[in-house]
Amino acid sequence: MKYTGSVIKYGDNVDTDVIIPARYLNTIDKKELASHCMEDLDTTFVSRVKAGDIMVAGQNFGCGSSREHAPIAIKESGISLVIAKSFARIFYRNSINIGLGIVECPEAAEEISEGDIVEADMDNGIIYNKTTGKQYKTAPFPEFVQQIIENGGLISSIANGIIK
Amino acid sequence: MGMTMTQKILAAHAGLESVESGQLILVNLDLVLGNDITSPVAIREFNKLGKDAVFDKDKVTMVMDHFAPNKDIKAAEQCKMCRDFCGEKEVTNFYDVGQMGIEHALLPEKGLVVAGDTVIGADSHTCTYGALGAFSTGVGSTDMACGMAIGKAWFKVPSAIKFVLKGKLNKYVSGKDVILHIIGKIGVDGALYRSMEFTGEGLASLSMSDRLCIANMAIEAGAKNGIFEVDDITLEYIKEHSSKQPIIYKADDDAEYDEVIEIDLSEIKSTVAFPHLPENAKTFDEIGDIKIDQVVIGSCTNGRLEDLIAAAKIMKGKKVAKNVRAIIIPATQDIYLKAMEMGLLKIFIESGAVVSTPTCGPCLGGHMGILAKGERAVATTNRNFVGRMGHPESEVYLASPEVAAASAITGKISSPEEVM
Repeated sequence: MKYTGSVIKYGDNVDTDVIIPARYLNTIDKKELASHCMEDLDTTFVSRVKAGDIMVAGQNFGCGSSREHAPIAIKESGISLVIAKSFARIFYRNSINIGLGIVECPEAAEEISEGDIVEADMDNGIIYNKTTGKQYKTAPFPEFVQQIIENGGLISSIANGIIK
Repeated sequence: MGMTMTQKILAAHAGLESVESGQLILVNLDLVLGNDITSPVAIREFNKLGKDAVFDKDKVTMVMDHFAPNKDIKAAEQCKMCRDFCGEKEVTNFYDVGQMGIEHALLPEKGLVVAGDTVIGADSHTCTYGALGAFSTGVGSTDMACGMAIGKAWFKVPSAIKFVLKGKLNKYVSGKDVILHIIGKIGVDGALYRSMEFTGEGLASLSMSDRLCIANMAIEAGAKNGIFEVDDITLEYIKEHSSKQPIIYKADDDAEYDEVIEIDLSEIKSTVAFPHLPENAKTFDEIGDIKIDQVVIGSCTNGRLEDLIAAAKIMKGKKVAKNVRAIIIPATQDIYLKAMEMGLLKIFIESGAVVSTPTCGPCLGGHMGILAKGERAVATTNRNFVGRMGHPESEVYLASPEVAAASAITGKISSPEEVM
């Protein structure tokens, strides 16, 4: 899978409460959730995010609540890929399960800046910052996870009999 | 190579003789849990699978606790969706208003989880049941949907940090202080992807209530699960609450740990986590005069009977400070009833506090005690993130029931010793 987009950048320990505040969890409507994405951290996010943009963040991204509404809101807002130094584990598996691109790369997450244009080739584990000309190598997904993503997420993997 | 407690439980549930950290496995589940916020998303996903039934109607449970009793029309619709689903699929353990309590206080009390079980819950604090010697972890709604459908979940086998506890807790110090102390020490990602295993002679002095509180907040250190070695205290609790047969898994003597951390319980003092991360732990020698507007005593972390007893001891015969709203939330109906019979509710009400029906409510900024801009709360809850209890410019200080009760009386963040 290949992604190209402009970067929106955040810091360490971005929790799922700021990604989608609990006061909006009385709905499961994806569009409504996306309309409040990042609201308690960055009130400008919703108005400036464009389809295909890449989110870059620091350590422990997505910590806190298990709400799947968080990766759903990010994906529905148009973000194609999240690159971070590290992810909280529930957010990590939720993203894979719903098919949001997600990759750990501490060096890229440190050096990439807000507004940079970044290309990511996840078949080969290469992140390329077009703005600075710098390239980063990341680990490919484990085969098991790759299988889930290739089959369109966990639900279709079960529906298609990939996981029994 | 030997296995940790968690690895042994996972191996047994994957039908494998042994597993090692990093291995991806598919495990059989003993219980799949959801609440009124996460279950609706799971039901939507479940319905895409075209299955008529859940894998085992006795092994799926839904608890209406977050925005229940329904806080608004949308919340009412979400609870209705869960109610309809559980009715149609004949889910045995559906807990609605009247029977429900805060899920992680309710399930151990109802005996739905015992030692040796593997449990997933679409709620991050599902790690609470590690206190019973179970492998128990929070997942998202899609995992819950798949769990309900096939009774299985995939996991990467975690490595572990071993916490060896020794000594005894001092007066007015409880499980909450222990876990805030630990998170302060290792950080909010200090146990990321790993297990936190608790063992040592110090366990003997920790009640089930202390252990449930400690395991509950393992997620706040990023852990996959927190788990306590099973002892007589665990077995006695299980016997009292469940008809299920516990299975005891002990870590091998040669189990490998990423780290071994010794904790002397007698050195732990009352601890408060400052905004906006649970790792910002401070003891009273570092805390000045911080005025507060609200106190919340409740939640899956500290809404158990022992917590209410501890708070009542401190509040008895005293008045809540002027301009402070003190909100007490017994975590389950049974706790509520016992607190009433013991006269605790009278103590709270006479002191000027309010007592609420069980709900997660204010902990996640849902309802029943939302903070305005600039307001501060001392809460026995588990998270103090930006906007967690209300306005993004409000503040939450995490503390034990003892500290929260003392703070309600003085109107500032106070140690129990200040009022006793």
